[in-house]
Amino acid sequence: MSEHPVLETRDLTIRFGGHVAVDAVSATFARGSLTAIVGPNGAGKTTYFNLISGQLPATRGQVLLNGEDITRLGVAERTRRGIGRAFQLTNLFPNLTVRENVRLVVQAKANRGFDLFSMAARHTELIEKADHVLAQVQLDDVADQKVAFLSHGNQRKLEVALLIALDPDVLMFDEPTAGMSVDEVPVILDLITAMKADPGRTILLVEHKMDVIRSLADRIMVLHNGQLVADGDPAEVIASPIVQQAYLGVEAEDA
Amino acid sequence: MITRLLSGDRPGSPILAIVLLAIFLCLAFAPFLFPGTRSLETAARICIFIVLVASYDLLLGYTGIVSFAHTMFFGIGAYGVAIAISAWGPSFTSILVGGAAGVALTMVLALLIGLFSLRVRAIFFAMVTLAVASAFAVLVSQMSWLTGGEDGLNYAIPGVFKPATKLMDGRLFGVRLDGKLLLYYFVFVSSLVLFLVMLRMVNSPFGRVLQAVRENAFRAEAIGYRVVVYRTAATVLSASMAALAGVLIAVWLRYTGPATTLSFEIMIDILLMVVIGGMGTMYGAVIGATLFILAQTYLQNLMGAASDATSAIPLLPDLLDPGRWLLWLGVLFILSVYFFPTGIVGRLRGRAA
Repeated sequence: MSEHPVLETRDLTIRFGGHVAVDAVSATFARGSLTAIVGPNGAGKTTYFNLISGQLPATRGQVLLNGEDITRLGVAERTRRGIGRAFQLTNLFPNLTVRENVRLVVQAKANRGFDLFSMAARHTELIEKADHVLAQVQLDDVADQKVAFLSHGNQRKLEVALLIALDPDVLMFDEPTAGMSVDEVPVILDLITAMKADPGRTILLVEHKMDVIRSLADRIMVLHNGQLVADGDPAEVIASPIVQQAYLGVEAEDA
Repeated sequence: MITRLLSGDRPGSPILAIVLLAIFLCLAFAPFLFPGTRSLETAARICIFIVLVASYDLLLGYTGIVSFAHTMFFGIGAYGVAIAISAWGPSFTSILVGGAAGVALTMVLALLIGLFSLRVRAIFFAMVTLAVASAFAVLVSQMSWLTGGEDGLNYAIPGVFKPATKLMDGRLFGVRLDGKLLLYYFVFVSSLVLFLVMLRMVNSPFGRVLQAVRENAFRAEAIGYRVVVYRTAATVLSASMAALAGVLIAVWLRYTGPATTLSFEIMIDILLMVVIGGMGTMYGAVIGATLFILAQTYLQNLMGAASDATSAIPLLPDLLDPGRWLLWLGVLFILSVYFFPTGIVGRLRGRAA
């Protein structure tokens, strides 16, 4: 098991017509690492995520999970094998309650989806697990509310809660703090830090805030026009002239 | 006990609970409360349509799939029984074998339609079902050697269900204890059981996944549910239930033809009943089917009476002419959708919450 990196992309490419959105990105992700993926808008960060989690089919190249080629597998199958993803645009079940959102994930994890003749409300172990996750993200007091009525910040928290409930080996966060108010950001960051503390988890993080990246990342990958232009130790990557100049200059001063 | 039978799905509103209980009691004691052939016809029709509409709600309201092939499955169940009885005579074996064949054919067809077309956009699935259902209706009317064509099939049913069969001497509350009564209770109990089974399904872990698929198929997939598989399973289950409703109507009517099972009008009626009652609630099927069929059956009488009563006033009698009942049904439908966009059940629950 350990001879393989948890996740690997080889020559991963997707082309939309003439536009190459992700261009031959090869990278390996070691177990227990947290990699920040940065780059300007349109650099292909989210598309790269979509290729790894399976929402988009690769034009060329491979995705390997624990050394196994998963390039041809569908989204659900990849999720079952341990790739979990939180989305950039909030992507929940709006007309169900907060608890039910998490419970559905716990149920998927427990593989009870094809249980047709028992009452869902009687599977208390699933409900308790869901409540436990909600307490972790401090959403337990709104557990019975419909998601559609939740504040943006709470929806972001729920997005992370779904990922916690899924308990995957590989966690992918696509701008988890986007659009959140300043006082809500630490909650999310604490959650990610807590998950990072578990050596079994491998985390991929798309993020713009440099202070967040500095405090969390073990490694930074820089994408530009779909290509991997820099990859390595955070301090080195941030210090490299190309990155300083092109992408991080302003933000680095902010931080 | 009752909670368990209802799978923990409480009506959620006192008014709704009372209305549902009233409908249940009226149907349970229909032969005694409303003696007469016509009212018994109506009651049996309501029972069967509750199952049919609930099975459509499983698809439309819970899973978010629009299908126009529901009457086709209803028809396959009915024709299964009709053809079996025509071939082998009126026995329970014929009903059982014909019904089972109908349900089996339904499952295969629903599986094929599901697997081939549930991957595509919802509108294409709706079109595919429409095409398949139309083709099937044409096929049935052309294959008259088997199906009786447009005339349909008339047949006998097992002796114990015949009105002439006396089960016991004497009467109970002034009602003759004959085969017709037994047949009604066969329909009633079967419908009740099928409805409760569906109520359980929508409240099961499986049912919750269907709602997740309806709410956000993209995310359902991303938390590990294979959406196509669940959509196909819902289609197959819903179609099987419709076929079983078809078996019931075939036995009840002793006649199966395009007009009673396959017509597009019935498809539209089912759609209206689901929407009026309230999508994604199951109980909406009970209320929608009851109201709609009562209106269908008695609105004309009511309008006839109203027309006579207002004969002195100009214009009004013409508007209330029984021939215009469809117009008024249409008006009622538009008003109900306008004022209760979530259906009657949704409205009642919203008020209680």
